[in-house]
Amino acid sequence: MNTSAEKYIRKEALPFIFCPGCGHGIVVNSFVRAIDELNIGENEMACVSGIGCSSWAPVYLKFDCLHTLHGRAIAQAEGLKTVQPDKRIVVFTGDGDCVGIGGNHLIHAARRNIDLTVIMMSNYIYGMTGGQKAPTTPFGASTKTSPLGNDEEPFELYPLVRAAGATFYARASVTHPVQLKNAIKKGMEHKGFSFIEVLSPCPTTAGRNIFSFRTPAEMYDWYEEQVVVLSRAVPEAPEGKIGLGILYEDNSRREFCEVLAERRKEAME
Amino acid sequence: MNQILIDRDYCKGCGLCIRACRQGVLAMGKERSKGDYLMPYAAAPEKCVGCGLCELFCPDVCIRVEKKEAGHA
Repeated sequence: MNTSAEKYIRKEALPFIFCPGCGHGIVVNSFVRAIDELNIGENEMACVSGIGCSSWAPVYLKFDCLHTLHGRAIAQAEGLKTVQPDKRIVVFTGDGDCVGIGGNHLIHAARRNIDLTVIMMSNYIYGMTGGQKAPTTPFGASTKTSPLGNDEEPFELYPLVRAAGATFYARASVTHPVQLKNAIKKGMEHKGFSFIEVLSPCPTTAGRNIFSFRTPAEMYDWYEEQVVVLSRAVPEAPEGKIGLGILYEDNSRREFCEVLAERRKEAME
Repeated sequence: MNQILIDRDYCKGCGLCIRACRQGVLAMGKERSKGDYLMPYAAAPEKCVGCGLCELFCPDVCIRVEKKEAGHA
């Protein structure tokens, strides 16, 4: 076990419940590295999660954890942040949890620009319940509930979250763990609503049943072909590829808890 | 020589560390982990450059690379 993990992971809860090769494990691995670099103490942070494979992630961390109803992770995190504004709150959520069932909470939290870090692990499918189609499933992909191909267009999350008012948006992939760690770190340092979309392959449900990959390694190879890391040399993703990096950052808008504290002070005077 | 330590208790034998290693140090072994998965092992430890990619890619956080100074090998 690496040194960051030894510092922040509950050994008694291991091994992870995730299937062999699940990308969510790499997200946890990168997350503990990021918080180790930021040097966050045990009482400075709390994690909130909803329901789904991805929402198991905070269970293994040595932080207070709120495991809530399906889709309501962001709503509960908002409440927690409002009463404890000095703590960092991180939300671990999946694509079905965050965008499907809790979609309304997502846009309203973004509108308020409340200081949360939302790590959304997108595996394009409802993995825990057996592979039903999710709001992020690509058009034409066959799943358990769309055997003839998905006939709905997936959500385009970047324009949605940005238009709703989020001030930080990063996209990362578990096939690039260093960039993932940096995205998490920057998102946690950002004051305001930060949304990190992580592409995290599901080798069991999606890999075996939908894409018919035989091993996790094959699926990771395929994912690596789909993405391109954006930099100054490559400012935009080529046609058909998914760009990784910090897509948007805005420090001009005020944070919700600051506004609340100011209003409270005005009312007391 | 760098040492690659793989925790028997937590490994699930997904093989992502073998994919991640650009030097071809790791290979799938015959030994089984506590969860009854086939485990990878350092087949060619002398090739290890200590980059730590296997550590980064491990979804079960069970790999640790102990770096040793080149002179002490």
